[in-house]
Amino acid sequence: MSQYVRFTVDGTECMGIRGQYLVDAARENGVYIPTLCNFPGVKPKGGCRICTVRVNGKLMTACTTPVAENMSVENEVKDINELRKSIIELLFIEGNHFCPACEKSGNCELQALAYRFRIMVPRFPYQFPVRKVDATHPRIIKEQNRCILCKRCIRAITDENGRSIFAYRRRSARVEVVVDPKLGKQLTEELAQKAMDVCPVGSIIVKEKGFQIPIGARKYDTMPIGSDIENMQVKKI
Amino acid sequence: MSKPIVATTSLAGCFGCHMSVLDIDDRILELIELVEFNKSPIDDIKKFSKKCDIGLIEGGCCNSENIHVLKDFRENCRILVSVGECAIMGGLPAMRNGIAIQECLEEAYVNGPTVVSNEEVIFPNDPELPMLLDRVYPCHEIVKIDYFLPGCPPRADLIWEALVALVTGDEMKLPYEVVKFD
Repeated sequence: MSQYVRFTVDGTECMGIRGQYLVDAARENGVYIPTLCNFPGVKPKGGCRICTVRVNGKLMTACTTPVAENMSVENEVKDINELRKSIIELLFIEGNHFCPACEKSGNCELQALAYRFRIMVPRFPYQFPVRKVDATHPRIIKEQNRCILCKRCIRAITDENGRSIFAYRRRSARVEVVVDPKLGKQLTEELAQKAMDVCPVGSIIVKEKGFQIPIGARKYDTMPIGSDIENMQVKKI
Repeated sequence: MSKPIVATTSLAGCFGCHMSVLDIDDRILELIELVEFNKSPIDDIKKFSKKCDIGLIEGGCCNSENIHVLKDFRENCRILVSVGECAIMGGLPAMRNGIAIQECLEEAYVNGPTVVSNEEVIFPNDPELPMLLDRVYPCHEIVKIDYFLPGCPPRADLIWEALVALVTGDEMKLPYEVVKFD
């Protein structure tokens, strides 16, 4: 059995390595599948459903689906994009996302997806939930108003024994991500910065510095999210 | 043919969006050729003297006067446009939405660090003053809004393109750089 598999995304012939996740395989072929809770190098969760694609007629999350021979994938199609757009809009109304006052604005993946999908206003009523800002940790601020519960920090930030420094607290609608009180001390300066970079929104903010990149030079000021993948030079098979 | 008529207002906003309208620079000369202004802080006309074609709304609704003005705009304008984050989602004033009114007033008039002396604990209560609403509302939760221009403030180019598109009926150019939430 060959190590390589052939599949198509919106009719374009692609090649991937057997067992590779669809979103990664597509990326290597210059095809961008939008993601939010997924982060390179971190175990996928399939939580946000932004990467939903239609594989051989069935909706699946591209970040958790291994690529297989002769897969026919639909990605940039109207109904799926509409679905993704609704998820982004729901995330915007479900939290308190005051972009003009957020330090992550311009580098925020949620915002960048809204730009990419040309969202001018969510179609759902704003919820304005009452949430707290937790500034008790000496190195970081945990801004619960902006947290989208993607679990990226829980999955990516671990101490030397592999234990997660961030954790879920409570359940269901009251669930929130907090710094584990027992492991909080192990959040070094370096890890705190990594946590802020891993966070797709502005929910983890490193204390005592901020707004270091001027408007115009931020990550998504001039180029839409995913355009780096789409503009990549790919060797045709 | 008479020129299309534009009205503008600032509700619970900071006038930044109006500043951004002025930021179209010399195109403002083209603009006054293109449209006529009615009720607006730009020409200081206080009341609608005729029906307007386009109403630009800056800011959300934080008090009863904002609601009154917004409904007046809806009655008198054919097309209403929410301009800026505050009109679209309440913006910075909406940060009070999770805080009780009593607490807000106490912080402003009794406990705040800039309060010099208010020993009798008086809150402004003149009947002339508009009533504060329980929270700040986005404009489209009060009246029907036809178009939305995000930004804080929306880039001058976005406002310009939108106005020209509305007036001429052409399709709007929307380059990636001009649609931003901050």
